[in-house]
Amino acid sequence: MAETSIYRVPTGMVLLRGEFGAVGEAAAHVAGLDVPEQRRITGGPERALAWMSPDELMLFCAPGAATGLAQALEEKLTGVHHLALDVSAMRVRFRVTGPFVREVLAKLSPADVSPAALPEGEVRRSRLGQVPAAFWASGTDSFDVVCFRSVSDYLEELLAHSAAAGPVGFF
Amino acid sequence: MSARLPTGGRLLDRSQPLDFTFDGKRLHGYAGDTLASALLGQGQMLLGRSFKYHQPRGLVASGAEEPNALVGLGEGAFFEPNQRATAAELHAGLTATSQNHWPSLEHDVGAVNSALTRFLPAGFYYKTFLWPRSFWKHVYEPFIRQSAGLGKPPQEADGSTYEHFHVHVDLVIVGGGISGLAAALTAGREGREVLLIEQTAHWGGRAVVDAPQIDGQSAEDWVKSALQELETMANVRMRTRTMASGLYDHGYLMAYERVSDHAPATPGPRHRLWRIRAEETRLATGALERPLSFAGNDVPGVMLASAVRDYLVNWAISPGDRTVVVTNNDDAYRTALALYRAGLAVPVIVDARPQVTGALPQAARDAGIRVEPGRAIVKVDGKKRVTGVEIGLQLGEGGAMEHIACDAVAMSGGWSPAVHLWSHCGGKLTWDEAQALFRPDASRPPRGDKGQPIASVTGTANGHLGTAAALADAGLELDVSEPAEEPMAPVWIMPQGAGPALKRKMFLDYQNDVKVSDVELAAREGYESVEHAKRYTTLGMATDQGKLSNINGLAVLSGALNAAIPATGTTTFRPPYTPISMGSIAGAARGPLFQPVRRTPIHGWHEANGATWEPVGQWRRPYAYLKGAEDRHTAVTREVQAVRNSVGLLDASTLGKIVVKGPDAGRFLDMIYTGRPSSIAVGKCRYGLICNENGFLVDDGVVARLAEDTWLCHTTTGGAEHIHAHMEDWLQCEWWDWQVYTANVTEEWAQVAVAGPKARAVLESLGGMDVSKAALPFMTWAEGELGGLPARVFRISFSGELSYEIAVPADRGMELWEALLQAGAAHGVTPYGTEAMHVLRAEKGFIMIGEETDGTIIPQDLNLGWAIAKKKEDYLGKRAQERPHMADPKRWKLVGLEADGGAVLPEGAYIMAPGENANGQRHTQGRVTSTYYSPTFGRGIAMALLIHGPDRMGEMVEVTDGQGGAITARVCDPVLYDREGERLDG
Amino acid sequence: MLILTCPCCGVTADETELAGGGEAHVRRAGPGASESEVEDYLFMRENPRGPHFERWRHAYGCGKWFLAARDTATLEVFGTYPAQTTEPPEHIRAAITERHPGWRWRDFS
Repeated sequence: MAETSIYRVPTGMVLLRGEFGAVGEAAAHVAGLDVPEQRRITGGPERALAWMSPDELMLFCAPGAATGLAQALEEKLTGVHHLALDVSAMRVRFRVTGPFVREVLAKLSPADVSPAALPEGEVRRSRLGQVPAAFWASGTDSFDVVCFRSVSDYLEELLAHSAAAGPVGFF
Repeated sequence: MSARLPTGGRLLDRSQPLDFTFDGKRLHGYAGDTLASALLGQGQMLLGRSFKYHQPRGLVASGAEEPNALVGLGEGAFFEPNQRATAAELHAGLTATSQNHWPSLEHDVGAVNSALTRFLPAGFYYKTFLWPRSFWKHVYEPFIRQSAGLGKPPQEADGSTYEHFHVHVDLVIVGGGISGLAAALTAGREGREVLLIEQTAHWGGRAVVDAPQIDGQSAEDWVKSALQELETMANVRMRTRTMASGLYDHGYLMAYERVSDHAPATPGPRHRLWRIRAEETRLATGALERPLSFAGNDVPGVMLASAVRDYLVNWAISPGDRTVVVTNNDDAYRTALALYRAGLAVPVIVDARPQVTGALPQAARDAGIRVEPGRAIVKVDGKKRVTGVEIGLQLGEGGAMEHIACDAVAMSGGWSPAVHLWSHCGGKLTWDEAQALFRPDASRPPRGDKGQPIASVTGTANGHLGTAAALADAGLELDVSEPAEEPMAPVWIMPQGAGPALKRKMFLDYQNDVKVSDVELAAREGYESVEHAKRYTTLGMATDQGKLSNINGLAVLSGALNAAIPATGTTTFRPPYTPISMGSIAGAARGPLFQPVRRTPIHGWHEANGATWEPVGQWRRPYAYLKGAEDRHTAVTREVQAVRNSVGLLDASTLGKIVVKGPDAGRFLDMIYTGRPSSIAVGKCRYGLICNENGFLVDDGVVARLAEDTWLCHTTTGGAEHIHAHMEDWLQCEWWDWQVYTANVTEEWAQVAVAGPKARAVLESLGGMDVSKAALPFMTWAEGELGGLPARVFRISFSGELSYEIAVPADRGMELWEALLQAGAAHGVTPYGTEAMHVLRAEKGFIMIGEETDGTIIPQDLNLGWAIAKKKEDYLGKRAQERPHMADPKRWKLVGLEADGGAVLPEGAYIMAPGENANGQRHTQGRVTSTYYSPTFGRGIAMALLIHGPDRMGEMVEVTDGQGGAITARVCDPVLYDREGERLDG
Repeated sequence: MLILTCPCCGVTADETELAGGGEAHVRRAGPGASESEVEDYLFMRENPRGPHFERWRHAYGCGKWFLAARDTATLEVFGTYPAQTTEPPEHIRAAITERHPGWRWRDFS
């Protein structure tokens, strides 16, 4: 049975709240990415912009780059009501890779993680086990999973437990 | 005696013999056997004892509906009680034990209960044990406890693993008989996404046993070709050993997959609980055969006719040498014919119907089998095994006309569709008079979120008992050849005129020992509702949930009430369809994954340095750090003294931190807090209180103004999430036009409190920021670099000492902690835990949310009026605090208590008032909210709420000591330490 | 177990991803309100058998509050709508009317 790998991806993160018109434009400009549509994520593994809620974006960037990007956003948005914060330390980003990665998640989340319901580029904020998490397909056999820092050990163990039990053979 | 025939058995693989044990006896079976068939093959008919009377009981059924054959399976960490032998697939080394008997299955002392049958009628629980009262404890309860229960619980932790699996599908088809297969073919060909599940290990259901010709082939071949076609469909998924256990609101279907019960060494989970969101659940759940109610229908050897057929055809089991068939329908003749073809004797077919003219009876007659229409079994002879039956007239009163020797009885009272899942979520049933069965009423299905039907039903489960009709109902019009059947005749009691003596031996519910006489008694005593009668008699309340007994029971009740069956109605069908394991319900949530433990960035250090934990929400905070052989008390004392005399470190990372920003943020916070955060100057901090709209204090903490339009609100550890949610609630739902954004950044920061007279010295030796009194006075904050770390330093104190709280990005929290330990080494810096923190704050008279508050306390009760901006027009809770009861001067108010002799008062103790209430309890006038041993004062200290408390300083009061006595205490100021505030301002 | 579609992010969420928040369209009674108005605001709720208006938060998702019209007896959901309103929108009322002609809930019908 092919192994599932679960590892932490060091990542910078900038939280951005505001009305998507002006704030989205600033984010797109600063990040060099398109503003995502509802529930979508734009960009790639290095830098990505995710739609988190109707007034919230999350910018994923290289470790250490968040402070500068948050400042750049701050400058760009002078006079515009918004909130931009470097929140790089607050969450942990996992990459889960393996042939049955969707089943690893389906054991833990009530969300529909089938390829049809959760295609690449779509972010689902839901529950994994007993903690909130956001996840999206970051490749054919790969998902990125983001959770709060304090429960990252729990989630890592839970994902490992789910993977170790093997595939269900459904997806 | 039952035995294995030398040939046959469509599921058996005789090339693979398997050894297993039953009650320590070594027995043999074959691959393909169930435990039930293997036991029968070895002549083991007696399998257990009933619940109430400890009657000897054998197998009645061959499938999920089996009420009697409950056994313990496995050993040690893999033992599981109450497993149905009919659902347990045999594997090499299987260990089974019988249950509910003592000292042995063959000789059970509890069977004395059966001699007491007349004294343990329906409702005996409610009647028998009432008097005399003293007997309850010493006689009745021990007796009931000894007799109650079936299997014994496992003694070891479960050694298996389990998992959940969530899927969303278009169509789930429940049941892998020919109706289910036909439905899957139909839907699969239409291109629908289908999940087909079957509870047993085999496809084909009853048809492969009853063997009609379908589409020009044998049923077996038709099933094979159907499976072949389904396997080619990418849109169809199939699972055996997967039982749909319950259908819930909005189309939520739970299914229980027994992944490796049949092959215990397989890696992976033992059971998998499928949590399915289905657009449609189609029930092809088939039907269950009903027993007949005649005297002695519970003697081992009396089985359902279909079960006899199953055991014979699937597993080559002869139930006995001479099997009497008793029926009210044509279908049971198939059993007689199968026995005849296998070379076994069928001395007579007793048919309750006066006229028997169908094709199947004719075939039996042609085979030379004696058919007796209009007859009944009056009584079964035998105790642990059938030895014969007495035959009489069905319309008679029970006079025996003939004795027939036999060692097995195959009975059939007709069929009941398995409508359980249809009914779980509100689907209604309709009574089919012709077939005497309840079937789903398609016009009243269970409905989903859009009001749409969430379930449909097809085939036998829909009341189509014939093969052609069942297949057609499932969407396939096929050529079927099988004998036509004449109508059945409902028979609820056999014989019809049976008297009380016989009725006391007619069992309806085998597992719970409920008889026809019990149900009739319930009706006589006024339990007319079927739900009441069920509870009074316990009919259908056993682990099989009355799969065999419900319809017969309610028919008997209807008869006793002179009511029509549909007017009586059924009891409620509840999930699960058959019991599921506790492990599957827990899934992965066991051991370390039972629930998440939230860890601060410094958690690992605490763990490695003697922390003894206090759970706070899902966090674990160090209660104290035990050094060497220290106990908790000694450690707390040492930690408190270190803070008072030198310097201590507290991991305060768990405290909530919420950023609030925007043009309207000040105005918003003035509504959230009782004070006026809008007036805090940038760079300053202020203590604030948050109340709910009922006026009650729910959280507190220090608010810092970060910038002109930005505030940082600290909350309690437990309050971070719900205070953030509370803020968002008001912003989103009430003041949505206000320009404010919030973010819960609790976990972005590691925060450490450095407290004690040497705190400044420690920070100074870290260097990088001016932390002098002049540059950073009490209740201010500054941002900069401290010891090379980007930090926010708050000059705030929860200990009463000179204190700083330092926040750094969470990923640098350990660096900060280590740096502080190093910088403080010269001063003997001491990490302290939550208990020392509690003692320190109590010495200083600071309140604690959750200690001084309990959801009924307003700030005014705690003398915190100073933290309320009285001139403010509005804040959340303001209006409620003006309600008469809130302004009542008799509310209990905060004071300190000093016990006589320096004792530590008990937690939660009441302060007594003169006199007693109507129940003889002492009146109370207050209660202790916090109580500790104070190392600083060398005695117990306490905070309490007391009527007119602040006006009663110096008064002596009596506090309950928890043992019926009282401790005298003096009312004092709750602030004991540094009343002038010189130390924290230092 | 219910499913509700969050109007803020479009996700059809499982009940375990949501947090209930009690009755919707409760009008706040602040300072100056009479005792009986405060009593109504804090304590009096509709508790109907039939159509009902509720507050839900997509707690494990986008974090937004929204409102739902739901039949408490049949669990039929007539629709969900943003929280930034003081009354149910017309299309929700029409959906209820279709199932329960002549329904009434507080001042709404």
